Amino acid sequence: MGSITETWARLTRDRRVAWAAYVLIAVALAALPFAVDAALGRAWVRIIDVALLFVMLALGLNIVVGYAGLLDLGYVAFFAVGAYAYALLASPQFDIHTSFLLLLPLGALVTAMFGVLLGAPTLKLRGDYLAIVTLGFGEIIRIFLNNLNRPFNITNGPQGITLIDPLQIGGVALNETFIVLGITLAPVHSYYFVFLLCALLIIVVSLRLEDSRIGRAWIAIREDEAAARAMGINTRNIKLLAFAMGATFGGVSGGLFAAFQGFISPESFTLLDSIMILCMVVLGGMGHVPGVVLGAVLLTALPEALRYVGPLQKDWFGQVFVDPSDLRMLLFGLALVLMMLFRPAGLWPSKIRKREWTT
Amino acid sequence: MSGRMSALLEAKRISKRFGGLEALTEITLAINRGEIYGLIGPNGAGKTTFFNVLTGFYRADRGEFAFDGAPLYAGAPHRVAAAGIARTFQNIRLFGNMTALENVMVGRHVRTRSGVIGAVLRTAATRAEERAVHERSYALLEYVGIAARRNDLAHSLSYGDQRRLEIARALATEPKLLALDEPAAGMNATETATLRQLLERIRADGTTILLIEHDVKLVMGLCDRVAVLDYGKKIAEGVAAEVQRDPAVIEAYLGGVLA
Repeated sequence: MGSITETWARLTRDRRVAWAAYVLIAVALAALPFAVDAALGRAWVRIIDVALLFVMLALGLNIVVGYAGLLDLGYVAFFAVGAYAYALLASPQFDIHTSFLLLLPLGALVTAMFGVLLGAPTLKLRGDYLAIVTLGFGEIIRIFLNNLNRPFNITNGPQGITLIDPLQIGGVALNETFIVLGITLAPVHSYYFVFLLCALLIIVVSLRLEDSRIGRAWIAIREDEAAARAMGINTRNIKLLAFAMGATFGGVSGGLFAAFQGFISPESFTLLDSIMILCMVVLGGMGHVPGVVLGAVLLTALPEALRYVGPLQKDWFGQVFVDPSDLRMLLFGLALVLMMLFRPAGLWPSKIRKREWTT
Repeated sequence: MSGRMSALLEAKRISKRFGGLEALTEITLAINRGEIYGLIGPNGAGKTTFFNVLTGFYRADRGEFAFDGAPLYAGAPHRVAAAGIARTFQNIRLFGNMTALENVMVGRHVRTRSGVIGAVLRTAATRAEERAVHERSYALLEYVGIAARRNDLAHSLSYGDQRRLEIARALATEPKLLALDEPAAGMNATETATLRQLLERIRADGTTILLIEHDVKLVMGLCDRVAVLDYGKKIAEGVAAEVQRDPAVIEAYLGGVLA
C-alpha cells in the first residue's frame, strides 16, 4: 500500500493534474454523505460522522504514541474534557450558552492544559510504567466526572448532561433539516461537513508538524531519548508539547461530539474507548497519518457493518447461530492475531516503519 | 599553550560517587582552544563517567566546570549542548529509524527556533529555516563523507558510517568542544586512518576536541596533550610522548614496572 503514496506523488507532479485530483477528491467528499444516504440509509451517514470524530482522536493520539513514542492508555480523558468543557458552557446545566466558534478554541486550550497537567508527572516514565500511569489518569478523569455532582452539582454525575446546544452558524442550528438548492440537508449531513473540515484541518496540522523541527524532535525522543538530550533537545518541554498537541485534537473532537449528540455522560469515556483509539493508531500504522486515518475509519465502520450479520443469518438459515456482538469480539481478536502475524507495522505504515519491521 | 586565556574548558575538582564507589576524585584539568585533548586510562578508570558529568547526564557531587568563560549548568544535557559541547556515545546512539540526513537535521534543533505555529502555518521564516537546516545537514554529511547514504536509515549503515554519522550529527550543533567517546572502537585500520584524517580536519576548521580512546596509537599520534585516569584519579597529564614514559602510567596499564 506504500505504493499509493508514490503513485500519488508521481501523478501530482504536474500542477494541473494535482489541482484536478484535489477538485475530484473534494467533489467526492462532498457527495459522500448523500450517496451513502441513498445507498445505505441515514444511519450510515451518522456512522461516517462518528468515524470523522475518531479520525481526529486517533490523529491526536498519534502525536503522542506515533511520533513521540509515549504509550498513553488514558487518551480518552482528553476527549472527555473537551466534551464536558463544551457541555458545561453550552447547555441548560448552568444556563450558559456560548457560541461554538468561541467554545471550540477554548475547549482546545483547556484540554491542552489538561494535557500538560497529566503529562507533567509522567515525564520520567517510559513504556509499561507510563502506560499504567496514563491509564490511571484516564480513569481518574472519568471517576471525577461521575462524582462531581456533590457537594455542588457540576457535571450532573452519572446522569450526564442533556440538551447540549447544537452547533449554530449565524443563528441557524445544525440540528434542523434544511433544503438547499433542492438537496435535503439533514443534521447528519450538516455535521458531516463541519467534522470533515475539522478533520482535514487536523490532518494538515499533523502532516506539517511531522515534517518540522518539532516533529523531528518528537521522533528523535521516540528513537533514543538520551541521544535527543545530547543533541540539545529539551525533552521535558518537547514531550509536554506532544501531550498538549495530542490533547488539543482530542478536545476539539470531544466538543464536536457533545454538540452532535446533545447528551454526554461519563459512560462514553471508558478505558475501552482509550484502547479502541490506540488500536486505530496501531492498526493503521503508528506515526503515519494516512494509515491512522484508515485505521480510525475501519475500526468505526466494521463493528457497525457486523450488525447486519444477525439479520443475514436469519434470512439464510432461518435462525441466528452467532450473536452479532459475540461475532464482533471474535473477529476483532482474529484480526489482531492476523495483524500481528502479517502486518505488524500496521495496515498502511510509513515506508520507514515498514523497513524497520522487515529488516 | 598554558595560561587562563586560552583554556576553553576547565574542570575544577570534579568528584562523583556511585554508592561506595568513588568514580571520580577531584579531577582538575584544562583543555585549551584548538587542541585535541586525549583522556585515556584502563577500563573502569572513570573516563566515561567524566564524560557524562561534563555533558550533564550526571551531576557532579563536588566541583564545577567553566566553559568558554562561564560556569556550565549541571545536570541538563540540552543546556550543555546549547552552551557548545557536543558528544558522541561509546555504544553508538543514533536515531535508528530516521534517515542519515534526518539524524543530522535533529542536530540543528538547538541552533534553530521554529515552533508549532511556524510549522503549522509554514511561515516564510520557517520555510527559510528548514531550507537552511536541510542544506547545512547535507553539507555536514558530505564533510564526513557519507552524503551518498543520506536517505538510508541510520541503523542500516555500516559500523564505520554510523560513527561518522554520529560525528556529523554532533557537528550540526555547532560545538566549540567536540567530545568523542571511543570513536575508533571496533574500527579496522583503514577506518581508523580515515577517522584520524577527519578529526584533524575538524580541529583545523577550528573545533576543539576531547577524545576518550583505547587505541593508544591513535591517541599518541593525534592528541596534543593527554590526561591519564586510573581508579577515578588523574595520575598524569602532559604531552603524549612524556606521558607514555611516566612510570605511574605504565604501572596503571601493566600493573607495575618490571624490576
